[in-house]
Amino acid sequence: MELAELAAHEIHCLLKKKEVSVVEVVDAVLTRIDEVDDNIGAFITVNGEGAQREALRIDQEISRGREILPLTGIPVAIKDLICIKGMKTTCASRILNNFYSPYDATVIEKLREAGTIFIGKTNMDEFAMGSSTENSCFGITRNPLNPDTVPGGSSGGSAAAVAAGEAIIALGSDTGGSIRQPAAFCGVVGLVPTYGLVSRFGLVAFASSLDQIGPITRDVRDCALLMNLICGYDPRDSTSAATNIPDYTDSLLNDVREVKIGIPKQYFGEEVDEEVAEAMREAMALFKRHGAKIENVSLPNTEYAIATYYLIATAEASSNLARYDGVGYGQREKSDNILEMYEKTREAGFGDEVKRRIMLGTYVLSAGYYETYYLKAQQARALIRDDFEKAFQKFDCLLAPVSPTTAFKVGEKTDDPLKMYLSDIFTIPVNLAGLPAISIPCGFNSLGSAIGLQLIAKPFNEEMLLRVAYTFEENTKMSR
Amino acid sequence: MYQTVIGLEVHAELSLDTKIFCGCSTKFGQEPNSQTCPICLGLPGALPVLNEEAVKYIIKIGLALGCRILPEARFDRKNYYYPDLPKNYQISQNYLPFAVDGYLELPPSQKKGTPIKVGIDNVHLEEDTGKNIHSESGGREGYSLVDFNRAGIPLVEIVTRPDMHSLEDTESFMVSLRNILLYLGVSNCKMEEGALRFEASVSIRPDEASSLNARVEIKNLNSFKSVLRSLQYEIERQRRLLSGGEIVSGETRLWDEKEGKTLTMRVKESSPDYRYFPEPDLPPVVIKPQWIKTIRAAMPELPAERLRRFVKKYHLPPYDAIILTSSKSLADFYEEVVEGFPDGKHVSNWIMGEVLEKLKERKIGIEESSLTPASLSELLNLIKCGTISGKMAREVFAEMFATGKGAGEIVKERGLAQISDTRKIKETIDLILKKNPAAISDFQTGKKKVIAYLTGQVMKETKGAANPQLVNELLQEALQQQ
Repeated sequence: MELAELAAHEIHCLLKKKEVSVVEVVDAVLTRIDEVDDNIGAFITVNGEGAQREALRIDQEISRGREILPLTGIPVAIKDLICIKGMKTTCASRILNNFYSPYDATVIEKLREAGTIFIGKTNMDEFAMGSSTENSCFGITRNPLNPDTVPGGSSGGSAAAVAAGEAIIALGSDTGGSIRQPAAFCGVVGLVPTYGLVSRFGLVAFASSLDQIGPITRDVRDCALLMNLICGYDPRDSTSAATNIPDYTDSLLNDVREVKIGIPKQYFGEEVDEEVAEAMREAMALFKRHGAKIENVSLPNTEYAIATYYLIATAEASSNLARYDGVGYGQREKSDNILEMYEKTREAGFGDEVKRRIMLGTYVLSAGYYETYYLKAQQARALIRDDFEKAFQKFDCLLAPVSPTTAFKVGEKTDDPLKMYLSDIFTIPVNLAGLPAISIPCGFNSLGSAIGLQLIAKPFNEEMLLRVAYTFEENTKMSR
Repeated sequence: MYQTVIGLEVHAELSLDTKIFCGCSTKFGQEPNSQTCPICLGLPGALPVLNEEAVKYIIKIGLALGCRILPEARFDRKNYYYPDLPKNYQISQNYLPFAVDGYLELPPSQKKGTPIKVGIDNVHLEEDTGKNIHSESGGREGYSLVDFNRAGIPLVEIVTRPDMHSLEDTESFMVSLRNILLYLGVSNCKMEEGALRFEASVSIRPDEASSLNARVEIKNLNSFKSVLRSLQYEIERQRRLLSGGEIVSGETRLWDEKEGKTLTMRVKESSPDYRYFPEPDLPPVVIKPQWIKTIRAAMPELPAERLRRFVKKYHLPPYDAIILTSSKSLADFYEEVVEGFPDGKHVSNWIMGEVLEKLKERKIGIEESSLTPASLSELLNLIKCGTISGKMAREVFAEMFATGKGAGEIVKERGLAQISDTRKIKETIDLILKKNPAAISDFQTGKKKVIAYLTGQVMKETKGAANPQLVNELLQEALQQQ
């Protein structure tokens, strides 16, 4: 297999055995980017020279005795809403197309320290608002499995890069499914950690109470390795959780005996593609064969999730995106008076979907509607959280499809926002409840599109997710 | 006769070394934008982290104003667009502030019998904004510049109930509140640096029984004087309107300091909707009762308590005590002088007389003068043991005040020490009597007035250094013996 298609832990072995150098790994990935990215469009910025320089430096340090940690020298792609010092952070928005971050996000500091190589910044839906990576001012990203289809979104660039060998591992962010859904569409592994487990410092906010950074990788082991690096309390993020971080590779056990898996019936309605549903049933059968206990469970408030999400997320977004006004940084449209400057800047700077959500969020928070919409949504959010809490009194994890369908065609849903929103119907409740969930490849449909299996656990039980996912992966070898 | 109804919103910068949500310095008067970071500049991805000292300060203020401290406080975003607001929302508190339902009792005045309590609606914490610099005030022509050094400086906002009914009440409230903040050490209250700012709301009504009329809010008030002047202007404007049968509409008006008038800023219908909602980047702050207890135990003595203590401990008339405790630095000064000269009333007389007079002349506060408490108590001691006369003391004091020198030093330099040595005075008296035989016979014939003349001669001979009372006594003695 080609170097650019290996998993990080495989490359790590080669580096350890000195069979390859970091420079060779980076060159292999950059070559792949050269070959395919014109078609895929996974990157907004390719950090070619920077990555090569860094690779050389790390090789030299290794020759002087630097320890090769599990992800040392591994090319990582970063979603373009995570700040890297000195690099552009655009959020795929025209309004930030000239913004160079003067600081590193906490996760970037951690990756830097471990010696990973930042290969580039990946494409996404503008400000993470979308489910197909079609809302980017830099153009769309295509699904490497089938270029006529979308890679999912909003972390579509990161998922496509990992799937196409344009990066070995990647970071995405997940507000309503933005890691899991593209991972599912591109046939890779994606995990959204418990809210608060990974610092949001340096992650450009879409909806602060929902956003989480997480890994997108080729297999479950890489996912655990990346989790080992990025998790942990950060005093710079007040919503960060002060909790002990285990070694997640300890959870990579091919063993689900006595694990109680709940099947939420609300996630298997008629909107689910038959082939997707069939893949889920096969997964249940596999777990059963390996000793897991499978039972149905009800999450009765699931039906309110989409409405709740679009009230809370847009409310927060309308405020979070207010800062892009052309005053201090970013794109500015000139005008003689300040009000007009704001209007022109934001009119020209934001795309349609972003504008739509800012307007909705502004409305939700307006005097007279705050109680009706925002507070009501918070109450619904509490109910949704309660549903899960009750389920986890009985179950170790829940199993569901990531999305009702597989990757849809480019352009298929761009004219129908509501249809697009429904793509996240099974991922959104997890964010509302702040839970961890993983998306793993679970076969292909008859057209060759990837199907994603979602596992959901209670807060801070990523270990359970990794264990169950690893068991599935070991017994199907379906990743990649 | 109309009744005036006034409420205030007071903003005070907390005297903390670092900003409320980041580690940037709060030092005043630095190079523009030199004290900023991704957080206070509101850069993409930056997050706020609450400065816990600010919470301690706010609880202190809440307790000093008799407020209830809520068990859980929360921050909210106040959304509005303005170039000096980096995120275009201000992190403030709307739904669950730190302290609610308090009051401030105005110190008793001579005019009014019953003390006035001004209700405090709430005390909350928020971040300050930056500062716009327009070309007319030093910016570049055709541009406005923004200095974000002030953005994120911790601010306390104290919101009163509309319980003030005159300019006197309002002034007394502002002075007392400032005093409390200074006593607590939570703000330097320097109005010239914008550390204390006000917004007033005012309405008038035919009498106490009538329902409240629409209130007018006045913004841009940066000193006690501008608050009082703008209120005066506004009360008169409203009175004129009402007397003319017109209606006062609820609106926000801007005080123009130069023109001395208020101007319409926005009418009520166009008042902004701030779309407050809970700040998702900051978890609620849980205030444990034990914490409140600890803070309460460490609270300094407040002006009202100190006033009571001054009356009791130093046997001062309430009038003296009110004036002495009206400023923390003056009260501190007083107590330090009393330490070196334990006659409370005597010290009070000096401070209320000589000291305040000089301060008034120079238009400064005691903390700005070079006069030290130690030198004043030294001076009072010199008077008491007769080294200098009361008259000399005033001269010495003038020099102390002007130069900051010690009393003893000045007396020594000028050779002002009073002669209280009986032998030396007797010698001088003998000399004078020898020179004035006529005076002796005058005395013997009953012309007692001659004593004054002779005393004067002795004083002249000693260049004023003799203790005049002693001279007088010894002269009488000597004359009897002739």
